[in-house]
Amino acid sequence: MKPEDTAILIVDDEAAVRESLCKWFQLDGYRVDTAADAVEALKKMQEQPWDIVFLDIKMPGMDGLELQRRIKQIDKGVVTIMITAFASVDTSIQALKEGAFDYVVKPIDPDDMSHLIRNAIDHRRLVTENLRLRRQIEEISSPDKIIGESQALRQVMERVAAVAETDSTVMIRGESGTGKELVARAIHSMSNRRYSPIITINCGAYTEGLLESELFGHEKGAFTGALYQRRGRLEMADKGTVFLDEIGNIGEKMQMDLLRVIETRQFTRLGGDKLLNVDFRIICATNKDLEKAVRDGTFREDLYYRLNVFSIVLPPLRERSSDIPLIAQHFMQKFAQSMNKNITEFSPEALEMLVKYEWPGNVRELRNVVERAMVTAKGRRIEADDLSFPFSSSSSDFFGDDSLEEVERKHIRNILERTNGNVAQAAQILKISRLTLYNKIEKYQLKKKEP
Amino acid sequence: MDYVYIVPVGSIRDDFWVEPLEHAVMRTFGLKTRYRRFDLDLARAYDARRGQYDSAEILRQLIAALPPDGCRVLGVADVDLFIPILTFVFGEAQLNGAGSVASLHRLHNEYYGLPRDKHLMLERLLKEALHELGHTFGLIHCHDPRCVLRSSTYVEDIDQKSAEFCEACREKVRAGVAACRRQARSAAGKTNRGNAVRSYDVPPIV
Repeated sequence: MKPEDTAILIVDDEAAVRESLCKWFQLDGYRVDTAADAVEALKKMQEQPWDIVFLDIKMPGMDGLELQRRIKQIDKGVVTIMITAFASVDTSIQALKEGAFDYVVKPIDPDDMSHLIRNAIDHRRLVTENLRLRRQIEEISSPDKIIGESQALRQVMERVAAVAETDSTVMIRGESGTGKELVARAIHSMSNRRYSPIITINCGAYTEGLLESELFGHEKGAFTGALYQRRGRLEMADKGTVFLDEIGNIGEKMQMDLLRVIETRQFTRLGGDKLLNVDFRIICATNKDLEKAVRDGTFREDLYYRLNVFSIVLPPLRERSSDIPLIAQHFMQKFAQSMNKNITEFSPEALEMLVKYEWPGNVRELRNVVERAMVTAKGRRIEADDLSFPFSSSSSDFFGDDSLEEVERKHIRNILERTNGNVAQAAQILKISRLTLYNKIEKYQLKKKEP
Repeated sequence: MDYVYIVPVGSIRDDFWVEPLEHAVMRTFGLKTRYRRFDLDLARAYDARRGQYDSAEILRQLIAALPPDGCRVLGVADVDLFIPILTFVFGEAQLNGAGSVASLHRLHNEYYGLPRDKHLMLERLLKEALHELGHTFGLIHCHDPRCVLRSSTYVEDIDQKSAEFCEACREKVRAGVAACRRQARSAAGKTNRGNAVRSYDVPPIV
C-alpha cells in the first residue's frame, strides 16, 4: 500500500503538537489533515473516510474518549490512537478498552512513532479486509430476502429483531413455504453469532439413526460403514446457530438426546466417550401442531417447553396478500438475471390472478409459479396465460383425460414441487415409503435436473 | 538568486566540515553555496523544560534572514533539536520551501559513549544535510535502503544509507532544481523591470 493511500487525521488543541505531527507524516507521503477540536474533527469525519485518527485525550469541550466513541459511530473500522501526557495513563487504558488501537505518551521517540504508524496501517488493512469479507459472507449467506410491507410481516420482523440479540431458543411456526428458514437466518444474521456459522438440519429428512450421526457425529468404527471419525452438525455450529427444521418429526430417542444436549450443552460423538462442550443457539421450526403432539404423547412436554421459549408465527401468504406483488417482482428480477431474460413486469391481469390465488404452498409456491411463467413468457412481461397454478380451483378437471399413470406422475411431481424436492416429506404426504417414491421418481423421470 | 546559504547555528566552530559540505551540495544539486553566519536569537528556540531547541523556530529565523540571492538555506546546528511530539530530530526542513536545518548534536560518536570519530561524524552530517535539502526540493522519504532520502530515526539508520540519492529521487531533485532556477530567472527579470518587490512563498515548515 502506498503512503498516499493512507489518510491520517490529527486532533489536538495544541497547535504545535498538531503541526509537528502533521509535518512528520507529510514527509513520509501520507495524506494528513488536522482538527483543533472535536467539532472540527467530527465534521471532517463526515466529509471523507479516514484510516487513522490521532486523538488528544484532554481537550476543552468534548474530551478524546467521548470523541473516540462518536468517531467509531461514524466509522467503526477507523483506527484510533490516543495522544496523552504521562499523567493520564489511566484514561489511555480506558481508551484502549473502548477500542483505541494504541496510545502515545508525548513526546514519543521517533523510532517508536515510525513503528506505531506502520502497525496502525497494517491493523487498518486487516480491519478493512475483515469488514469486506464479512460483507461478502453476509451476501453469500443470505441469497434470498424476507420481502413485504404488510402489517403481519412487520410484526414478525419486530419479533425477529427483539429476539435476535438474545440467546433464547426460538420456535418458528408456520405453514410449509412461509419462509421459516429465512426467518431463522435473519435471526442468526442479526445476532452476535452472525460471524459464526448457522447450520441447518432438516430433521424430517433423516431416519433416527442417521439424524443422530448427523447431529452428534461419530467416531471411527462406531457402526458399520463409519470408516472415519466425523464431526457432527452441533460441533460445526460452535459459537453459531443450529437450525432444526421440522423438529416435530423427530423420534422418541432423539427427543431425549436433544433435551439432554439443550440442558447440559454437552454430548459425545456416537461411539465416543469424550464429552464435547459446544456453544450454540437453537432455532427450530415446524408446521405441525406440536401442542396436539404433546397431548397425544408423541412429543415430550419438557422438550416442547425447552424449545418453545420464544415463538414466532409466520402468516400464510394468503393473509398478507398485499405483499404478493412485491415478492413476485423480486422473484421475477432474480430469475430474469439467472435466465438472462429481459422480462420486467407482470400484466395487470396476471398480477390480479397472483393476488387472488389462495397460495396453499405459500411463498415457495409463488416462487415456482413465477419461475415457470418466466420460462413460458414471450415478451417483456408475464401475461395471465403464462401463469399455471397446480392447486387452482379448477383443478377438479386438471388431469382431463389423462391415464392413471399420467395422473400419478403429475401428482407426484406436484407434491415434490410443494416440498421443494424433499423426498422424505413428499413420501409422508403421499403415504408411501421413501423407497417406493424413489422407484416412482425413477420410473417417471422426475429427478431434478442439475442447474 | 540561486545560492544555497550554509549557516552555522549556535556555538558551532566553522572548521573541517564546511568545505566538504559545500562541495557535496554543489556536486549533488549543481547549486553554488555561500557560507555565512546569520544573526539568530537561539534563546527564542530554547525550551527550558526539555533542555532542547525547537527546530521550527530556528527554521523560521533562518528563512527570515535569507538574503535575496539565496534560494535555499541550510542551518548546521550543534544544539539538540526537537519538534513538540517527538523526543528529538536530527534535522528539519520545509517541504518544497527554502529552509532546512541539521544538527550535529546526535551525530557525534561521543554522544553514544563511543570513541570520537571525526570522519564518521562528517559523513553523517553530509547525509543529513543532503536529506533535509532534498525535502526543500519537494522530495518525501524514500523506501530505497541506500537512498539518502531514506527516513532515519536512529544514528545507525544514517550509517546504513549512502550519501547519494537513488535514481528516482535524483530525477526529482533535477526537476526541483530546474524549477528553482526558472523561478530565480523569473524573479530576476521582474526585479530588472523594477516592478516587483521580492516575495517568498513560505510553505509549511517540515
